[in-house]
Amino acid sequence: MEPILKARNLVKRYGRVVALDHCDFELMPGEILAVIGDNGAGKSTLIKAISGAVTPDEGEIWLEGRKIGFSSPLEARGAGIETVYQTLAMSPALSIADNMFMGRELRKPGIMGSLFRQLDRPAMEKFARDKLTELGLMTIQNINQAVETLSGGQRQGVAVARAAAFGSKVVILDEPTAALGVKESRRVLELISDVRSRGIPIILISHNMPHVFEVADRIHIHRLGRRLCVIKPGDYTMSDAVAFMTGAKEAPGAAEAA
Amino acid sequence: MASESGTTNSYESAIKGSPDAVAEFTQRRSAVHSFQHLLHQTPSLVPLIVLLAAVAVFAALLGAKFFSPFTLTLILQQVAITGIVGAAQSVVILTAGIDLSVGAIMVLSSVVMGQFTFRYGLPPAFAVLCGFACGALMGFINGTLVARMKLPPFIVTLGMWQIVLATNFLYSANETIRSQDITEQAPILQLFGESFRIGGAVFTYGVVAMLVLVLVLSYVLRHTAWGRHVYAVGDDPDAAELAGVQVSRVLVTVYVLSGLICALAGWVLIGRLGSVSPTAGQFANIESITAVVIGGISLFGGRGSILGMLFGALIVGVFSLGLKMLGTDPQWTYLLIGALIIGAVAVDQWIRKVAA
Amino acid sequence: MTKFLMGAAVGALVLGAASAASADSACLITKTDTNPFFVKMKEGASAKAAELGIELKSYAGKIDGDSESQISAIETCIADGAKGILLTPSDTKGIVPAVQKARDAGLLVIALDTPLDPIEAADATFATDNFLAGELIGKWAKAALGDAAADAKIAMLDLDVSQPTVDVLRDQGFLQGFGIDLGDPNKWGDETDARIVGNDITQGNEEGGRRAMESLLAKDPFINVVYTINEPAAAGAYEALKAIGREKDVLIVSVDGGCPGVANIKDGVIGATSQQYPLLMASLGIEAIAAYAKDGTKPQPTPGKSFFDTGVALVTDKPAEGVESIDTAKGTELCWG
Repeated sequence: MEPILKARNLVKRYGRVVALDHCDFELMPGEILAVIGDNGAGKSTLIKAISGAVTPDEGEIWLEGRKIGFSSPLEARGAGIETVYQTLAMSPALSIADNMFMGRELRKPGIMGSLFRQLDRPAMEKFARDKLTELGLMTIQNINQAVETLSGGQRQGVAVARAAAFGSKVVILDEPTAALGVKESRRVLELISDVRSRGIPIILISHNMPHVFEVADRIHIHRLGRRLCVIKPGDYTMSDAVAFMTGAKEAPGAAEAA
Repeated sequence: MASESGTTNSYESAIKGSPDAVAEFTQRRSAVHSFQHLLHQTPSLVPLIVLLAAVAVFAALLGAKFFSPFTLTLILQQVAITGIVGAAQSVVILTAGIDLSVGAIMVLSSVVMGQFTFRYGLPPAFAVLCGFACGALMGFINGTLVARMKLPPFIVTLGMWQIVLATNFLYSANETIRSQDITEQAPILQLFGESFRIGGAVFTYGVVAMLVLVLVLSYVLRHTAWGRHVYAVGDDPDAAELAGVQVSRVLVTVYVLSGLICALAGWVLIGRLGSVSPTAGQFANIESITAVVIGGISLFGGRGSILGMLFGALIVGVFSLGLKMLGTDPQWTYLLIGALIIGAVAVDQWIRKVAA
Repeated sequence: MTKFLMGAAVGALVLGAASAASADSACLITKTDTNPFFVKMKEGASAKAAELGIELKSYAGKIDGDSESQISAIETCIADGAKGILLTPSDTKGIVPAVQKARDAGLLVIALDTPLDPIEAADATFATDNFLAGELIGKWAKAALGDAAADAKIAMLDLDVSQPTVDVLRDQGFLQGFGIDLGDPNKWGDETDARIVGNDITQGNEEGGRRAMESLLAKDPFINVVYTINEPAAAGAYEALKAIGREKDVLIVSVDGGCPGVANIKDGVIGATSQQYPLLMASLGIEAIAAYAKDGTKPQPTPGKSFFDTGVALVTDKPAEGVESIDTAKGTELCWG
């Protein structure tokens, strides 16, 4: 099987610091790939390179076999790669529907849309409600509720639903459970599985080993700016993973490509 | 971390039995709480209530003299300029910016409209267009400095305020163009001073311009993508950028729009004064910010409605005229308006706490 | 030879520069540099200074009421070694200590247009007799109304709530001329005469004039006499009257005599105005500083007054009996701004 997203020899330098040092990466169709690594290992730079937030100095990226080079997150989005940032990138004072469609609003058909640029609110609200329901997410009472009136888990849910709704190729989740309580994390993990079951591959960046081991199909371990190894959760324990990540233990077949 | 072993976690199973209510929107609210929510959804409600209360109080104190179509529409006439400039200010403040140069842009635009007609003999209608172009250009400079150079709006517009005002005085040589000359040679400049009556109520075209402008902007801000982007940029520019809003483009258009509206205000100003006066509108920036703040638009951006600004401007108008008719010392007006400003910001902070 | 010539030229330059530096210098500090009144004042001062070979430096506040800028301008003039200062104070009381510092440093300080409080705080004051200016238009209005003056309805459009001296003098002068009891002559607004509909403030501009007129009309729509602090305020008041169609039956009087104001008299917008002469104030001021620099003589006030009166004339095209006036043709010749 061909990877849906593939990167080879990515290099990114910030001054004298090398954040990515000839790093490789692969995401297979329909899988949840967790990316773990110690702080400063360069995993967020890797994700930014894939989602278009930074442009790598060297190396190449392919999406579905086609070479790509994004210069902004907008372009990546246009290509079907959606990212849920740790900050969620939501406007707290705006409604759930407004947030879901931010930057890609629907306009009314006919003259109201073309000349008066009127938004098609009923369509947007219906779509938002459908997507949330589809993911078994919420018993929504008011889709026009401001996002800031939602709990942390609910906000995360809306952000994931937004990414899932529009991410036709890849969804990237950056620390989706970091700010959540135990119960809310649980709900979000289920949500991630739901999204995967709809066939969308997911890249999950997380520090939380139990969460990673619970949902990931494969785990990309990042160390010193490059991919150290890729493991399957069933083959190793969490302690092993942490040991590889921190360099306490020799990694299995240092360049095991999938 | 390293001491953990196995992939099963006992703490997760401990919550299996508990209700999974994370995603439900529970509605447990007291009366105060639901009022807070109501205000959160309709921020212009507070100024509307204050406005109606103020009208009621002055009507009770002054009777028919105040509560007459003539006096009430007079208030509209008196706030027309502030209302229009306030609309420009609202759009900017919604993006968490501020525009101190609004009054100066207004006056310079009106001076351009007047001087292009009288100094260069251009057709008045064309001179009016030049005035609008001037406003748009000033706005574009503000917007570019804020959006592309990433300078703080307060600093940019503080500087532009001085620059535009100085340009205004240098260019006009502080010459007033008299009302009589304008009426004779370029009546289109006084267009917005024309009035019509409905019963005892007197409306100038300037008042109509203000009302139409506020309604149009209110539609644009609520029902177009651009309007939603203005709110998103004011709310959290980084989030908006990541969500796919072209933040700097939105900012530049906002400041250009502000400049255009100020030019419109300049035209209306000529109608109101009859003349073109380079010394007019010195306090338009403070007055517009006052209207915006009393109108419940948050200075931190992203919250409030332009209708609220209109109510805010009207509140100031009602207080000034009402207190004058009562014969109180004008300082009481300032004192009350000061209290209203602080009150409005306090309410804004309280409404924000609605976030669960 | 060329070397010699060049040396001579350089020498001449140096000498020239030295003599320029030793020329007596004077300062002009106005409230703002945007008001045509002060623009005219500056013109008069510059022309006279050039004629007498005095170096003139001009300073101004940013807006009316900006006393800080004026104080720092005075300090600059002292440091600069100027011989004298011509000052139109924004804050007549607050600036007195700074003025005292200048006088202690040996500078001649002349207040122009606006007297300091107390008036002796300056070496001399060259100003319009603002009370007289008000009195003239008051008398004219009374005469123009004839018998109707007994039940006139008067709107008083003043300058500012802080009631600066000029504001009070013109207002009270008008009332005196009209024959209304002044109450406390140091304060406007305390009169009890029923003919006064009310006082309101205008900030001396069109906008304020219109707004104040509207407010007073809302109080009493049958106002038929309007006193205004200056001509821009009068123009604003006229617009308010026009809006309700009463511009023809109301008498507007004003003070200043700026060119647009005189033109407004010609067009019948304003009935009469008291014209003052800023250019004269300034040129006389420069002359006084030149005399002081030469032999230390200080200017003397007009006999019977605490200041040097630079004169005032009533401008109207409808002369009234018993009030001396000039017509608008003459007024246009003498006008400023």
